[in-house]
Amino acid sequence: MVRAENVHKYFGRLEVLKGIDLEVRPGEVCCVIGPSGSGKSTFLRCINHLEKLNAGRIWVDGDLIGYRERGGKLHEMRDREVAAQRRSIGMVFQRFNLFPHMTALENVTEAPLRVRGGPRAKVRELAMGLLRRVGLGDKVDTYPGQLSGGQQQRVAIARALAMRPKLMLFDEPTSALDPELVGEVLDVMKDLARDGMTMILVTHEIGFAREVGDSLVFMDGGVVVESGPPREVIAEPKHERTKSFLAKVL
Amino acid sequence: MAEQTTLERVRPEPIRAVPVRHPGRWVAIAVLAVLAAMFVHFLVTNDHLHWSYMVDNMFRPPIIAGVRGTILLTISSMIIGVVMGIVLAIMRLSPNPVLSGVAWVYVWFFRAVPRLVLAVLFGNLGILWSRLSLGVPFDRQIGALFGLHDFEARIFSVRAVDLLSGFIAGMLALALSEAAYMAEIVRAGIQSVDPGQMEAAEALGLSRGQALRRIVLPQAMRVIVPPTGNETIAMLKDTSLVAYTPVTTELFFQLQAVGHRTFDVTPMLVAAVLWYLFLSSILLVGQHYVERYFSRGYGRAEKARARLRDLRAETGGVITP
Repeated sequence: MVRAENVHKYFGRLEVLKGIDLEVRPGEVCCVIGPSGSGKSTFLRCINHLEKLNAGRIWVDGDLIGYRERGGKLHEMRDREVAAQRRSIGMVFQRFNLFPHMTALENVTEAPLRVRGGPRAKVRELAMGLLRRVGLGDKVDTYPGQLSGGQQQRVAIARALAMRPKLMLFDEPTSALDPELVGEVLDVMKDLARDGMTMILVTHEIGFAREVGDSLVFMDGGVVVESGPPREVIAEPKHERTKSFLAKVL
Repeated sequence: MAEQTTLERVRPEPIRAVPVRHPGRWVAIAVLAVLAAMFVHFLVTNDHLHWSYMVDNMFRPPIIAGVRGTILLTISSMIIGVVMGIVLAIMRLSPNPVLSGVAWVYVWFFRAVPRLVLAVLFGNLGILWSRLSLGVPFDRQIGALFGLHDFEARIFSVRAVDLLSGFIAGMLALALSEAAYMAEIVRAGIQSVDPGQMEAAEALGLSRGQALRRIVLPQAMRVIVPPTGNETIAMLKDTSLVAYTPVTTELFFQLQAVGHRTFDVTPMLVAAVLWYLFLSSILLVGQHYVERYFSRGYGRAEKARARLRDLRAETGGVITP
């Protein structure tokens, strides 16, 4: 579903990603952990082209992201083509980024209505279904400012699902939440994983990674230090750096 | 559930304390009362303020026509100014260097030239061009190259005096200058919106234009509306500048005309003060409602209203304090 080859990213002279290789199979839940500044969020943002790569390639479902290859040359895609690629990739942000001037329902219906068109009543029905699925069937007409952090993040997940994505990216979805609200968001994500959604998840929730994840990637200093099945990596880390990181967070 | 228990609990005895005294306020009120009395005394006793003459003259048909002209100028130049301002701001923030450069030059020029100068200049543009026409540039010269005389490739042409007669010229001067200021206000508004909003919209697959129109601009409006209210009130007053274009269907020109004709200038100036006060006050009321509309989803009042709604739902419509 996702293949990354030798991905590099610079911010000015700072090299944030130093050659990331990654492969995620359809239906796989891939958890990315690592200390802050290790480049894990930047890598996630490269997958839907919110950040441009400086070197390397990323494919999602067989499509090269952000570029077209013709006659051995890479051509930059137009904004409209990039937008089309992003429609099949859902993203959930650390700070929710809900649209504050729209109700929960309008947040969910906005993209399907504007991007796909389709009859209003049908989109509304789909959105109501998604909000019910994340347990917010009674909050459809509420503005984000009146919802708790956990509820906002669940609306954000429903919003991303409304585009019927093939892949979901989660950028530290529970890091901005009060501890007592983390569980409700993780439950929704568990439910998604059970339904076979392909997910890449940058997180600090080691417990969730062990329980739900199919693979675990440990990043540090812009490289993948170690990856494998979560239980193995967590129980017997091979690298010193992984060991010391896990010792601190567990 | 928590709300219900608080509602049922017996309230404790409220605090009874002696409030803080504010003697300074009473002194200030006394001083202001004396000043106000002095002002009223001046208004009533000064011989040069002919009140009945002023009231008789400030509602005459030409002056009402002037009021209408002033309102029309304010509204039309603000509408053009706001729309152009939004377009210019989006151009200025565009990654396209050509668009951004054009917007910068526009704002640079129209902010540099005083409105009064623009108003007079636009009134005299008819001297530069007798006709305004749209077509192929250098058409006559190109025609001459091929031996054709009187060759013209013009699609559309009007007499400049018809188009740039007073009112349109004055309106354009005000609108084009306003667009430059609005561009800066809108740009600040757009930049005040959390960049995460644009990212979220783009991640959903919205195009840049859709994201701007549906997500960023509505949120920027919260920041844009208060200074735009200011600009509208400033514009109401600046319409008096087009008296020099000259535009005659305008409030200040008409009031002065009465004053000059009767050699009684002061009462008409007071009438101008009163008219502008009245019109600005109407705008203030309008601004209040527009601001409230664009701050939906934000702020304490909105939250309190929502909490009240929830509470009412829980208690079945009755809230006993």
